[in-house]
Amino acid sequence: MSKLYLNEPPKNNLEVPHPKKETIAFLLSYSKALVVNDYETFQFETVLN
Amino acid sequence: MKIKYTALSDADLVSAYIAGDEYSLSTLITRHKQRVYSFIYSKVFDRDITEDVFQDTFVKVIKTLKRGKYNEEGKFLPWVMRIAHNLVIDHFRKNNRMPKFEGNGDFNIFSVLNDGSLNAEKQIIKDQIEHDVRELIEELPDDQREVLVMRIYKDMSFKEIAFQTDVSINTALGRMRYALINLRKVIEKHNIVLTN
Repeated sequence: MSKLYLNEPPKNNLEVPHPKKETIAFLLSYSKALVVNDYETFQFETVLN
Repeated sequence: MKIKYTALSDADLVSAYIAGDEYSLSTLITRHKQRVYSFIYSKVFDRDITEDVFQDTFVKVIKTLKRGKYNEEGKFLPWVMRIAHNLVIDHFRKNNRMPKFEGNGDFNIFSVLNDGSLNAEKQIIKDQIEHDVRELIEELPDDQREVLVMRIYKDMSFKEIAFQTDVSINTALGRMRYALINLRKVIEKHNIVLTN
């Protein structure tokens, strides 16, 4: 019985889900690359390289 | 002077981001990524899908902010959560329309085939919903009910409806619009559930 309380819980049970670093990096790069241009009543989106 | 981004409020970070400060976005994402990601994961229970929906959520956030369409009311996180929620719904809608293969390696023919008929329980629910909708339609004013029945049940075009009811197409369209608005009002007022 003591085992139940003394053993370390498996790590994967405690893992809090979080987004991948690549996803965050993509979002930040996308944000930097995205340019919105206004022309009269229109808006154009351009993704720069 | 160096700005301490983590001490800034969401509203300040959003304003700074709109003004061109890219680092503000990084702070906003870092601050809220856990909540948004956990929320999506709690609905879809799949890491890859969560990742996609999370990414799409923030792509939408970025676009809206850059387009200057965001109304700052101090509700940045609820707004992001609403976007995530809508994208989760979109995901389930899309998934229901498309046949999917179960990912356990075994091909299951029943995941792409069905006999096109509803099972007994779903059929009963469907009949009940149709019955409820008909009763609701009966509550509509005559002119609106007439247009709605012709359009939905008789599948007539608005041109045909306009001709048959001796009104202009715009009037027929207007009646249809009010019929739907009124139906929605009654449904909301009485908390009627019309989904199975």
